[in-house]
Amino acid sequence: MRPSARSLNESERYCVRSLIFIDMPETRAKLLQSLSPRVGQNVKTGESRARLGNLMPSATTTGKPLRKGAPIDWTKVVLNGAMPLAGVLAALAIAGIFLALLKVDPLTAYKSLVDGALGSTFGLTQTLVKATPLLLVGLGICIAFRANVINIGAEGQIIMGALAGAALPLSMPGLPGFVLVPLACIGGFAAGAFWGFIPGILKARLRVNEILSTIMMNAIALQFMNFLLQGPLMDPENVRRGTFLAQSARLPKEVWLPRLVPQTLLHSGLFIAIILAVVVYIFLWRTTIGYQIRAVGLSPDASGYAGIDVRANIALSMTLAGGFAGLAGVIEVIGVQHRLLEGLTSGYGFTGIVAALLGGLHPIGLIPASVVFGGLLVGADKMQRAVQIPSSLVTAILGMIVLFVSGAGIWAKSWAAKRLAGRPQGTEATK
Amino acid sequence: MKGLFSLNVLTGVLNSMIALATPFLYAAIGETFAQTAGVVNLGVDGIMLLAAFGAFFVTLMTGNLWLGLLAAAAIGLAMGLIMALISVTLKAEQGVSGIGLYMFGLGMSSLLFKVLVGTVKTVQGFQPVSIPILSTIPFIGPILFNNSVLVYGAFLLVPLAWVVLEKTNLGLKFKAVGQNPAAADSLGINVVAIRYLAVCIGAILAGIAGASLSISLLNLFQDDLTSGQGFIAVALVYFGGWSPIGVLGGALLFSAVNSIQLWMQVLGVNLPASVAVMLPYILTIVALMMTANRARQPAALNKPFDRSEN
Repeated sequence: MRPSARSLNESERYCVRSLIFIDMPETRAKLLQSLSPRVGQNVKTGESRARLGNLMPSATTTGKPLRKGAPIDWTKVVLNGAMPLAGVLAALAIAGIFLALLKVDPLTAYKSLVDGALGSTFGLTQTLVKATPLLLVGLGICIAFRANVINIGAEGQIIMGALAGAALPLSMPGLPGFVLVPLACIGGFAAGAFWGFIPGILKARLRVNEILSTIMMNAIALQFMNFLLQGPLMDPENVRRGTFLAQSARLPKEVWLPRLVPQTLLHSGLFIAIILAVVVYIFLWRTTIGYQIRAVGLSPDASGYAGIDVRANIALSMTLAGGFAGLAGVIEVIGVQHRLLEGLTSGYGFTGIVAALLGGLHPIGLIPASVVFGGLLVGADKMQRAVQIPSSLVTAILGMIVLFVSGAGIWAKSWAAKRLAGRPQGTEATK
Repeated sequence: MKGLFSLNVLTGVLNSMIALATPFLYAAIGETFAQTAGVVNLGVDGIMLLAAFGAFFVTLMTGNLWLGLLAAAAIGLAMGLIMALISVTLKAEQGVSGIGLYMFGLGMSSLLFKVLVGTVKTVQGFQPVSIPILSTIPFIGPILFNNSVLVYGAFLLVPLAWVVLEKTNLGLKFKAVGQNPAAADSLGINVVAIRYLAVCIGAILAGIAGASLSISLLNLFQDDLTSGQGFIAVALVYFGGWSPIGVLGGALLFSAVNSIQLWMQVLGVNLPASVAVMLPYILTIVALMMTANRARQPAALNKPFDRSEN
């Protein structure tokens, strides 16, 4: 983890201060531009505001569109789309080689996988059903990553959200749906947020490595759910029949999300997720808090000296990440399962990370990415049933995708830097 | 509850403690090398899983435990090279690539197990070897000197790692590239090569840690055999303050908690199993909190080295 501003020595402080406020106009322009295109433009056009105002978006400008009139950079869009796609294909190819070595025909496997995800109405809707929690989890991961915080704790946060989302409606039956649904959602968001807040505040205050703490939080949440499902939350019906299945009672019908296509599991949670993707985009790129979170992620030192509370933003980003994962848990409970049961997370927490990385850590890019991975999960189930190839193949493929994408990131960066350097000065600001 | 304090149980708890500390020691000492050189390898758990399967499978096929161990080390080396390629040569974010390596190991070990083995099978693992005379010491003899080869190896690794890190030229190079790679580079130390070496040593030891589970302690393989022990091992490195001796202390503390937790379940202490299983994870977080803000952390930990930036 990068040192917080207070651990800088005097000469470094001087450098940072001068970088932001006094000297080196070019470096400053670059830094500011990387923080916000709009501020960069202002610097370029010499529209100098007050010292601090240069870095902080003022209330009058934050609401306006950033790229008004700027042409969409299609090469960038294609690059952002093509690189991850190449990563996915490479991972599939290598997994295919492994399959061939295991004397399993990779073509049969992949055909069955694609067929399962896209071959039928049910498959298609299932892909969207699985894309919904991935999108929600991924949104949280995006926010955290933007603050340079790696949230591996989505699994546990989903569980906590699902727990709250199931326990609240179960404990107050008889309430109408328009009360219960928001209540469950808010409760689940809060539970997930709490589970994210703990590692967040530990990182912010004590610099505890968030990857390790969130992995431990995952294990604790899992055991907590097991404990509740084998005790207080176990379906009384199960107890009466003596089956002792580890699942809760069925939730009241009022809290079920409406189904969109008859005979399928597709539910209206998909719309909630898509709307929230737009909300998160606006939050990160159009609000002061979102701006601060990104600034902290890009340079904690510089943002500290610009008056941004680095610790608060680290804790906040982790809390929000937990909240979105918690919401994914609620939506899964009230949209698909209608009860709490073991194995509810289906690895969404980890797959969501991969989707977020492939979506370029951007809420809008995340939408197609989560559909791709939703399809991959659905297809894997089908593959396991139809041609008996274990669905754990997909976990291995996901791992390889992460390795490829994280490894290829530096090439993409240096390529983009070269491209930027080769441009005439004036066009740089429109990026 | 009374049963927990009898001598027999105490012997049992201590015996399990020594055994349970073994995989932690291999993995955490290995990770100490990698982190001393500035690379956080979070893929330890994935390496342990795949290597545990490799050791198990080779032993199952050939009946030769040493070949199994060799397979585990080879798998560790291969995965270490991948990690080093991505985090040292390609300078990727180490946390993310480590998670990728973990997911690869988790998925691949489960896939291979299901395709190649299918059902739960056990192998004849490394048997306890009594050390003459020492093992006849009352009470501590059977606990300390009647273990399998891999257990002895784990505890011998601690002083060995300490000597390498503190008393040799190579250990100094590890520290130099972990503290200040630019300075090390200017003195003619090949930063990339030293970091590759450290990551690979760590990964080989992580592989042996996996083997110690599948062909020495449990003698079987199943999905997610390690259940996050690799991550706890990484946490132990922080806990131990990047020193093999500290890591030993941490590993013993953790395995003590684990062993007491297991024995409480064996003895039927009235505590839900799920709550007992939580204990080591809670302890890990507490340990990370207590040892946070340590000044001893290698200064360039988690930072890729780029010559052109210096």
